[in-house]
Amino acid sequence: MNCCIPTISTRATRSPLNNLNTGNTMSSIKIKLHQQDIDKLKEVCASFNNDAGELINVLHKAQGIFGYLPAEVQEIISKELNVPLAKVYGVVTFYSFFTMIPKGKHPISICTGTACYVRGAEKVLDEFKKNLNIKVGETTADGKFSLSCLRCVGACGLAPVVLVGEKTYGRVAPDMVKEILAEYKD
Amino acid sequence: MTKHKQIRIALRNCGVIDPQAIGEYIARDGYQALATCLTKMTPEEVIDQIKKSGLRGRGGGGFPTGLKFEITRKSVSDQKYVVCNADEGDPGAFMDRSILEGDPHSVIEAMAICGYCIGADKGLVYIRAEYPLAIERLKIALEQAREMGLLGKNIFNTGFSFDIELRYGAGAFVCGEETALIHSMEGLRGEPTFKPPFPSVSGYLGKPTNVNNVETFANIPVIINKGAGWFSAIGTEKSKGTKVFALAGKINNVGLIEVPMGTTLREVIYEIGGGIRNGKKFKAVQTGGPSGGCLTEKHLDTPIDYDNLIAAGSMMGSGGMIVMDEDNCMVAVAKFYLDFTVDESCGKCAPCRIGNKRLYELLDKITQGKATMEDISNLKNLCTVIRDASLCGLGQTSSNPVLSTLDNFYDEYIGHVVDHKCAAGQCKALMKYVVIDENCVGCTACARNCPVNAISGEKKQVHFIHQDICIKCGACYDRCKFNAIEIQ
Repeated sequence: MNCCIPTISTRATRSPLNNLNTGNTMSSIKIKLHQQDIDKLKEVCASFNNDAGELINVLHKAQGIFGYLPAEVQEIISKELNVPLAKVYGVVTFYSFFTMIPKGKHPISICTGTACYVRGAEKVLDEFKKNLNIKVGETTADGKFSLSCLRCVGACGLAPVVLVGEKTYGRVAPDMVKEILAEYKD
Repeated sequence: MTKHKQIRIALRNCGVIDPQAIGEYIARDGYQALATCLTKMTPEEVIDQIKKSGLRGRGGGGFPTGLKFEITRKSVSDQKYVVCNADEGDPGAFMDRSILEGDPHSVIEAMAICGYCIGADKGLVYIRAEYPLAIERLKIALEQAREMGLLGKNIFNTGFSFDIELRYGAGAFVCGEETALIHSMEGLRGEPTFKPPFPSVSGYLGKPTNVNNVETFANIPVIINKGAGWFSAIGTEKSKGTKVFALAGKINNVGLIEVPMGTTLREVIYEIGGGIRNGKKFKAVQTGGPSGGCLTEKHLDTPIDYDNLIAAGSMMGSGGMIVMDEDNCMVAVAKFYLDFTVDESCGKCAPCRIGNKRLYELLDKITQGKATMEDISNLKNLCTVIRDASLCGLGQTSSNPVLSTLDNFYDEYIGHVVDHKCAAGQCKALMKYVVIDENCVGCTACARNCPVNAISGEKKQVHFIHQDICIKCGACYDRCKFNAIEIQ
């Protein structure tokens, strides 16, 4: 990612009207894409025959490449698939899997599905917020950690569940949070 | 002793076979049903068997599966689609994931049978991107089925062709609603549209589309192999077969179970689930996810089926069962679900977009101890308006958690509003940490650990918590070794 990573707060809300007061505008981060990245993106679009119906699959691939979906990436996809930019933005902000904010090097996701909730996920989340000093949807100033909530990873037997990157931690208690973070200190 | 309560139909192969070896599935009668359908039965006969079996949609709605097949078959079009809904968005339910990871061929076989019934040569699986392992296993299974000629052109030399593609979800609960799911597959925002027309008439790309859930499909090969009579002998009068439930929450044995319809909640929770954790008291069980409701002690002996659960103010849903004990505040639980609904509402229709937000605010007010009795009656009214006026299932059922907790735990609501007390001790705003004078030895541990310096007291003197400064973080409670802090 070729940009500095500020701490930006945004919580994607599905409703377009709710988006008005979150400050989640497309110009929140300005970046310039390298030519090779642009070419890569065009290749992805071409691999789906530039078919507008494949927009979500294209966005999945693009997020796989860049880690997030900045406005500039959406602009290129809009041109290649011949879909209005507003529509692309509409889809990106609709689905919680897509993000316009770069995630941290170690993205932390706390499951707040029902099973985790009744087993105390909220306290675990509070502990992460306190230790990292960021809110949900934010990234730490050093770009190391980002915090998000997700709804059920289907591992309810291990509730409460926390994911750091690809690694899953089960039966997490608030006093385990410091230990978990320590694993990623360097 | 508990084993015989369970019958495994949908989960018959999960954990038994290697899901990445098609041979093991075939050795357990796999693809036998597809062969029987294609070589010995007409599509009408297959539909007739499924209708007679009494199978109903396992995704939550409970629509008769055979009837759905028949309607889609009767829709005239040059192209039709079979869609498998694997967008298991209901938090706390993971049966679809288990089936796709443990027995992907059962879904593939059933989709091909469905294709034969309705006259479609193309199937799509709409699967959550959150389930990478299920996606991988499904891809392997599809490849193996194609290699063996069980998918593709001219299957079993009968002239019937069928193939399946994957489509990925991107994290939107509303996409479990079939019209929203179809829009999402078309690359659009997953917003629902008004029904009719039903997808069986006009669905994916405007063509007749048969949408069924993973667990529903997994039942179909067994119905063909063992007969509709065998299947319909299991269950209750109007709900046949078995249902998979995901037991979770404050229960000793968590995980998936599959029981005949008509099993009671008591059998599920106490015999199979092993009772409540840490010897606590059972308070409620939540079924049906954000669309369902909470059932209590008085419902424990009700036989579980589609109609009984609706009569009790909840619903079957996809089969999540979250058990709660005396430490869970039911107002907070209702608020939790509303928070979910507000987050997941697509924003298209006003009752759901605005109404649920107002519902959430009312519940928040109650948990803060700032509500009045008028708020409670407003809460009730608003619930009915949202239920009656919303466009899709999400809004029509979003008030169920509130209505069912109001019905069954009215005292708790009153406790919050009138007495400003949360009996379960979960609502922070209504809690008070106080020092028990007799137990305090003045070790200063609490004062040193208080993040806002709300505790005063000299060494070896009884300490005091200043309520106006206290943020109720509970640090003092956790640190005290003398049980000298209590929550009021």
